[in-house]
Amino acid sequence: MDHSATTATDPAVTEAMLPYFSEKYGNPSSLYTIGRQARRAIEEARQHVSDLIGAKKEEIIFTGSGTESDNLAIKGSVLKNRGKGDHIITSSIEHHAVLHTCKYLEKNGFKVTYLPVSKEGIVNPADVEKAITPQTILITIMHANNEIGTIQPIEEIGKIAKEKQITFHTDAVQTAGKIPVNVDALGVSMLSVSAHKIYGPKGVGALYLRKGTAIEPQLHGGGHERNIRSSTENVPGIVGFGKASELAKERLPHESNLTALRDSLIKGVLEIEDSYLNGHPVKRLPNNANFRFSFIEGESMILNLDMKGVAASTGSACSSTSLEPSHVLMAIGLRPEEAHGSLRLTLGRKNTQEDVDYVISVLPDIVKKLRMISPLSR
Amino acid sequence: MTEGYSEKVMDHFANPRNVGEIKDADGIGKVGNPVCGDVMWIYIKVKDNILEDVKFKTFGCGAAIATSSMITELAKGKTLEEGLKISRGNVAEALDGLPQVKLHCSNLAADGLHAAIKDYLEKTGKKLP
Repeated sequence: MDHSATTATDPAVTEAMLPYFSEKYGNPSSLYTIGRQARRAIEEARQHVSDLIGAKKEEIIFTGSGTESDNLAIKGSVLKNRGKGDHIITSSIEHHAVLHTCKYLEKNGFKVTYLPVSKEGIVNPADVEKAITPQTILITIMHANNEIGTIQPIEEIGKIAKEKQITFHTDAVQTAGKIPVNVDALGVSMLSVSAHKIYGPKGVGALYLRKGTAIEPQLHGGGHERNIRSSTENVPGIVGFGKASELAKERLPHESNLTALRDSLIKGVLEIEDSYLNGHPVKRLPNNANFRFSFIEGESMILNLDMKGVAASTGSACSSTSLEPSHVLMAIGLRPEEAHGSLRLTLGRKNTQEDVDYVISVLPDIVKKLRMISPLSR
Repeated sequence: MTEGYSEKVMDHFANPRNVGEIKDADGIGKVGNPVCGDVMWIYIKVKDNILEDVKFKTFGCGAAIATSSMITELAKGKTLEEGLKISRGNVAEALDGLPQVKLHCSNLAADGLHAAIKDYLEKTGKKLP
């Protein structure tokens, strides 16, 4: 139950990719047959990715990951608009791909406002509006949070950005394929997506770049992807992304079925004493549940769940390489010791009510066992 | 970071030895901080300068629980002097190593034992021979 970390590549996706390794292995820039085959395959994939998010085909730039898309969008945009200003607005709960990019830009002379969020993890559009200065050149706010699953009011922020004529980027890595994503409805100029979160392969992402939005390339070279992202195209990966997008669009109506499963999981887990839900009860991804349990630590919960065959994740410092508790959980006002006791369970296509019931049946004993060991328990 | 946990760490984590408090403990060592994500309480029972019983309660990650469990095994039956000589390195070694990132934050068990022994010495006014 860690589908927000990654998903298994759909067999239909793998099948679509296979010919592009050893058979139709051509370089899309080559003019002969296998080169043209690869080019056609990429353009077909571009159509599928653009269809998933309501964009035009020529507005899609393929990249190597969601992280790269975020970096390209943010750095590319502010470097292009440096003459107009030096101020970026973002939120305090962004993915590190956005947050660390902003910190890097801060070190290089840009000014960044990190907006707070409510206790439930939602950005207030009024705060965005208030933070805008004549120097503001970019707003970047994620569509939904990867840890606590909260869905942000992107449409409202989009309206503000449009009115003030400020470039607006959103990281939609967690939402594309899970909830409807339409670049026009959201009012964004740029939007990041990733293949491996939607049953596609790892190592491929895309940036939606609205027609008329100019950015500086971050990889210079042979002029691929309209001279914005040079690199020989990852043809099998892009083909896989295309297939995954096509399937995700078809299956989107079923994704909302996960909401019932999620709510059943939340209800069952909250039966445990001294347990709480992190994030918003309703404005959250259909597949995301994030809890915290008093007196115990997340990594030890995850190891115990793993022994029972359940994959999960935590915002505890102890499971991160940085040894810092999750910045998202800190931003919603939790104390570090509360953040250490967090557990994220994220559902996917193959999860069933039986899976949810199983977690609900094994978790109480795990919590009980760890609380018996813990000196903090009552 | 489950990656890098040895089988021994996982064994001590899954089946921790000597969990619990000693009601009439002769010494208690409390180390760590909930803010950092690790809190260890080590209880000792001392008889004739020997660590007759050692128990623990720990809030923390897999490494924190495994090192706590291991220190109770290493310390039981040892003299107080020997107990004070058990180092963080000894604990990590006995567990077939710990991930680099855990060596400092979660490897508090030796400190906990030393604190418990010092607590005992202070309470009783005894000095080590």
